[in-house]
Amino acid sequence: MHLVPCPWCGERHESEFAYAGEKKSPRPLDAGSLADDVWIDYVIGRANPRGVTREKWWHVRGCGLMFSIERDTRSHEFVAGSAEAPR
Amino acid sequence: MQRYSIFSLLRNALSYHEGWERAWRAPELKPAYDVVIIGAGGHGLACAYYLARDHGITNVAVLERGWLGGGNTGRNTTTIRSNYLRDESIKFFDASVQLYEELSRELNINIMFSQRSQVDVIQTWPKLRDLRRRSMASELQGADYRLISTEEVYRRIPILADLQRSRLPVIGGAVQERAGVARHDAIAWGYARQADAAGVEIHQNTEVTGIARSPRGEVTGVETNRGAVRAGKVAIVVAGNTTQVAAMAELRLPIQSYNLQAFVSEPIKPVVHVQVNCPDAGMYVSQSDKGELLAGGAIDQASSFRQTPRYSVLEDAVTALIEMFPIFRRVKLMRQWGGTIEFAYDASPIISKTPVPGLYVSCGWWGGFKAIPIGGRTLAYTVARDEPHPLNAPYSLQRFDRLNFLMEPGTVTNR
Amino acid sequence: MSAEAMRLSQGGVIDRSRPLRFRFNGAELSGFAGDTLASALLANDVHLVGRSFKYHRPRGILGAGYEDTGALVQLVGTEDAPNRLATRLPLREGLAAKSVNCWPGPRFDLGAAAQLVARLLPAGFYYKTFMWPHWHAFEPFIRRAAGLGTAPRRAPVDLHYENRNHHCDVLVAGAGPAGLMAALTAARAGARVLLVDDGLAPGGRLLAECTMLDDRPALEWVARTVAELDAMPGVVRLQDASVWAYHEHNFLNVVERSPRQKWIAQRNWKIRAGQVVLATGALERPLVFPNNDRPGVMLASAAQCFVNAYAVRPGRRAVLFTNNDSAYAAVLDLADAGVEIMALVDARTDPPAELVARLGGRGIEALAGHAVVDVGGAPRVHDVDVAPLADLSARRRIPCDLVCLSGGWNPTVHLLSQSGGRPRWAESLQTFVPDAMPQRTHLAGAVTGAFDLASCLRQGAAAGATAALAAGFAATPLACPAQAPAEPYRITPLWFVAPPGRRTKAFVDLQSDVTLDDLRLAIREGFSAIEHVKRFTTAGMGVDQGKTGNVNVIGAVADVLGRRPGDIGTTTFRPPYVPVEFGAIAAKRPGPLVFLYRRTPMTKWHEKAGAVMYEAGARWRRPGYYPRSGETMQQAIDRECCAVRKAVGIYDGSPLGKFEIAGPDAVRFLDLMYTNAWGDLAVGHGRYGMMLSDDGLVLDDGVSFRTGEDRWLMMSSTGGADAVYQRLEQYTQLEWPELRVVVTPVTTQWANATVCGPLAREVLRKAGTDVDLDPRAFPFMTFREGKVAGLPTRIYRVTYTGELSFEVNVAGRHGLALWQALMDAGREFGIEPVGSEANHVLRVEKGFLSLGHEVDGTTDPYDLGMGWIVGKSKSDFIGKRALQIRRGQGTARRELVGFQFDDGTTLVPEGSPITPGGAQGDSEGYVSACVWSEALGRTAALGLLLDGRRRFGERIWIRPPGRVVAATVVKPAFYDLGGQRMRG
Repeated sequence: MHLVPCPWCGERHESEFAYAGEKKSPRPLDAGSLADDVWIDYVIGRANPRGVTREKWWHVRGCGLMFSIERDTRSHEFVAGSAEAPR
Repeated sequence: MQRYSIFSLLRNALSYHEGWERAWRAPELKPAYDVVIIGAGGHGLACAYYLARDHGITNVAVLERGWLGGGNTGRNTTTIRSNYLRDESIKFFDASVQLYEELSRELNINIMFSQRSQVDVIQTWPKLRDLRRRSMASELQGADYRLISTEEVYRRIPILADLQRSRLPVIGGAVQERAGVARHDAIAWGYARQADAAGVEIHQNTEVTGIARSPRGEVTGVETNRGAVRAGKVAIVVAGNTTQVAAMAELRLPIQSYNLQAFVSEPIKPVVHVQVNCPDAGMYVSQSDKGELLAGGAIDQASSFRQTPRYSVLEDAVTALIEMFPIFRRVKLMRQWGGTIEFAYDASPIISKTPVPGLYVSCGWWGGFKAIPIGGRTLAYTVARDEPHPLNAPYSLQRFDRLNFLMEPGTVTNR
Repeated sequence: MSAEAMRLSQGGVIDRSRPLRFRFNGAELSGFAGDTLASALLANDVHLVGRSFKYHRPRGILGAGYEDTGALVQLVGTEDAPNRLATRLPLREGLAAKSVNCWPGPRFDLGAAAQLVARLLPAGFYYKTFMWPHWHAFEPFIRRAAGLGTAPRRAPVDLHYENRNHHCDVLVAGAGPAGLMAALTAARAGARVLLVDDGLAPGGRLLAECTMLDDRPALEWVARTVAELDAMPGVVRLQDASVWAYHEHNFLNVVERSPRQKWIAQRNWKIRAGQVVLATGALERPLVFPNNDRPGVMLASAAQCFVNAYAVRPGRRAVLFTNNDSAYAAVLDLADAGVEIMALVDARTDPPAELVARLGGRGIEALAGHAVVDVGGAPRVHDVDVAPLADLSARRRIPCDLVCLSGGWNPTVHLLSQSGGRPRWAESLQTFVPDAMPQRTHLAGAVTGAFDLASCLRQGAAAGATAALAAGFAATPLACPAQAPAEPYRITPLWFVAPPGRRTKAFVDLQSDVTLDDLRLAIREGFSAIEHVKRFTTAGMGVDQGKTGNVNVIGAVADVLGRRPGDIGTTTFRPPYVPVEFGAIAAKRPGPLVFLYRRTPMTKWHEKAGAVMYEAGARWRRPGYYPRSGETMQQAIDRECCAVRKAVGIYDGSPLGKFEIAGPDAVRFLDLMYTNAWGDLAVGHGRYGMMLSDDGLVLDDGVSFRTGEDRWLMMSSTGGADAVYQRLEQYTQLEWPELRVVVTPVTTQWANATVCGPLAREVLRKAGTDVDLDPRAFPFMTFREGKVAGLPTRIYRVTYTGELSFEVNVAGRHGLALWQALMDAGREFGIEPVGSEANHVLRVEKGFLSLGHEVDGTTDPYDLGMGWIVGKSKSDFIGKRALQIRRGQGTARRELVGFQFDDGTTLVPEGSPITPGGAQGDSEGYVSACVWSEALGRTAALGLLLDGRRRFGERIWIRPPGRVVAATVVKPAFYDLGGQRMRG
């Protein structure tokens, strides 16, 4: 029963959110120019750190914002002030 | 080594059980071995055992950060089954079921493999279609997973609630007769005891802190909290922490770690005699020989290394349990726990050599308990011969090089 | 009703004006309101409560609360429930209980035969035997002996549970002296306080000890404090309730076992606490010596509690056995209650002189440096043997019927451990105490290892103040009531007493029947890591989860290994702190509220029309088919198909995913989302699109219409709608925020009635529409806006059945009216409502794809024969790169084909595998769909086959259960191959 800090709505109950995976660097608009292994790593590679990681969270049953935020995979604590929303 | 039997038990009873020997030694750590296995869980210990038995490689050290069998081997709900979808998976996991059937005698320890069958309770048409396809795929490989009628579901699980007017009525079922449960600790201890007897060394409280490599990149050994150990071959078998250990050799893998939890009730007189899996309701339950109900549900939605129970998941699983079995409302939750499992991109495990010469990995296990004998045996084969066994060839890391996935929906029991 | 023989004439917190009758193992007994079942049993001089788990040894009452290990009973009658702990079960009028795990009864129990072969049953004996011939030969017998109580045979009907959400500034766990001070301090500062206590009455140890506060009995202070708290509007106080879980983010669960509302059996609270004060106290641990499990052996703290709180003498003649100071107070209370004290056995060679002197003044003998080495009597204590520790064979027998143990106190660190904290070993206290606190947690009282009243009160006030302060309230610690000077607490470890000679069982974990010899055996066999010891012996695995035994296990193992207990390790305590009924956790969620369905505005109509409704993906409750009376499922499907092919049908397409895509970069966005190009599509037109994942595999497909220059309506499959939505949002919001495009999900905003069949146009005309339906004015793959039956609609000409088809969309609130109007208008044309089964047949005839059938998570567009949809000139789209990489290998893949059977009536189950030559072995494909087609007059099948498109005309073999069926590979389309009908 986590509280997820939505940049718009503040801390809200986890049931309002969907976890959307590890946040990687933005998907390049022109994937064709990348080497095969770079692209394959983009698709399937995972940092999967034991510690702080940046993730995508989606306030789907709330304001609809999808944002990235840091979270510690050991404690499940979100890192204060780490949320990034695009606009 | 002392053999375990009713006779040795009787004999030792006369001397108040003071004559029992150690199940495994506690030797000094040597500076070098032929093979180092990182992780003394079921898979690592089985690998050590089969290295000795099948390949005559006994100069082996199994290094364990904590105590042997203390990871997912000792935390899982011990389901053993082979009702997968892909030919490759059914072959692999059914071979494991067959090894389990002989394992008590092979290891001379009672692993209490109870082939009480698993019954899948089907409540939606898409799930019926999915499981019907799996049952037919199973037949191809000679495995014994088949559909059964609703009446048969109720005959096998008499205390199942009458759900015919509920939101999700029972519309059918599927059963694997040879599926069952086993005593998880006994499997780790049994492999440890026999591997030790064959000359393998097991070192607990020995944490690997680095993987040493030659200038050309080959593995030359490991660094540990007890000093450096040389070895030409190193196998990483550390379910849950593979990403971290592989990173010591600059290896990045397509796996993600999640927290999966389970819970048990207080012991009650046995009323459920098969393993019950309710994929549509999102819950599975069996009753142990002590009388505890052992149940679980979904994984946490976000990646985790915390190994703690999570309330929202418990609430959903308990709700499903009560929906299917209302007579358990007054039965009490007694213990909960979590474990870190791994999920590869295509939901199939990885048992493979790696781009780092001399480095091998067994990971991506989700429900890896059921694969311990065959996983250990094929990993041993791969380590000994530097090439995969036919059964684990589909599980090579190379499959990802050209994005050739082995998508396996049968990995996850309850969905 | 006979008077209770062991009840004291005065004292206690029981209500003597309310006598209660109850039954135990058939005997009618009496007690008072305020009793627990355990105190009432003791008042009636009943000590034998049940039999132990493994050896079926007689067991009695060890503790007075949750530290008890043996007093589990089965409630019988209407409240039928297993494994209720008698020491925390409030006595009620008419309560009926019986012993568990014994037959026919606890006094004579056939299961006790286990004791005869006990020597064959050391820890882990089952690992060493039962292997020949097979475990299956033995397991049924083991299983028959399993379990304690029994689950009720039938589901209780009149049993209600409740969940409650709660927010508070400060949650205080424990209403002993520390908890009460904390709650009062925080509440007076204005904080919203939740005070939870697991006793039947507030006060904690103050109930059990005869103490004075402000020169008055301490319980008067408790009453005053509780009264003040209860009068404060911001305070909620729960009695007979336990904090059972402490999760991350200061989220906690409380189970309330006696809600004021009598119709609610239990209430489970879900609490978000600003701050948490743990004033959970400490539990006394027993001592380990031979036969320390006989009924009549009890914790000294429990005996003291029964005397003072319940006015019950737990025995007539008592021996106390201790290794610390706290038993000295208990012994005086027992003596005051008229229990004859036979001896106080103190393991310490030099017990504090002032304590010994205090006993001497009362004529009580203190045996220093002694230990109890055996307990005689069955089923109840009859005597004990004591001996000097220096020479354990120099026994002396003392008659008694009560043995009180005090092995020291263990702080109740369970909740702290659950919250992520780790306890550490405190040498001076010989136990584990809290260390770091990872969450917003404060500690007060005995849980910190401070066992004297003064410290408890002071720490309570301090913790209450810091918690309130942290929650944003100006708070200072309140002054504590005056109390007697603190007594020191001194302890010398004594982990077990093992006299030489005959082996007698000395229990370290009574609940799991784990003995000292079991621990030694584990260590002897190399299971010396504490977790190995526990797993090998099952110590700590019982219902009490090691509350009473764990520290003794660790101490004993350390002693045997010659190490410090703190180096052996501790236990990670997991929820629940006390067992919690599953019913309380699920509360009202099962039943009609479980697994919620999504319904369309027309769902009720379908149900009324007799449709067979079922879940058909994404939790939508949909009509499968509409059988008429006497019709089989197949007949109904055939009739519905016929209507669509020959006349007209109507289908509820509301669950289809719908998204509005708007913005100047909408085309660019669609070009990236879909494999094909979109820029050239004129406003008012639509196009079929396929969506991949970045791994190059098909995610979903559907048609999108350009509704304006910068505005689109995208349709997805029903089952894929959620994934598509997430995909769209992820790319617009996170990946490419620079794209000027906004996505709005409108799936449920629109209801959709799809009219399909050659007479579809006539039906719409009849219903009345201002839209020109002429094929030249309103061609295939376009849309129009206008009225139908007076309702504002948007009509798409798109088809999934291959017939002339109008998807009439209206605002959700008009859905039913539209449907009704179209049904009325269609009557004369023979309109039939069509379910998803017929829809499936019709799409198979056309070779249209279905998510979950052909699109099973492994296919790419080329596999599906749709290479034409991959925009080769596009610089990028999601999945393009992966498609190139995988396709670049040139390896054979499974491809979509059709199958024709020699016999036109052959049907095989969907999912049937295809193998080379029909042999049992690896598959080369499978049948994704197989239906009877009324239009074709034969069956039609689709499937994926290795290298399939190169194998048209070839014979293949399908293996449905029990047979092998030959078929010919054909193109994956069977009906109206030119598509004239849908364009018409």
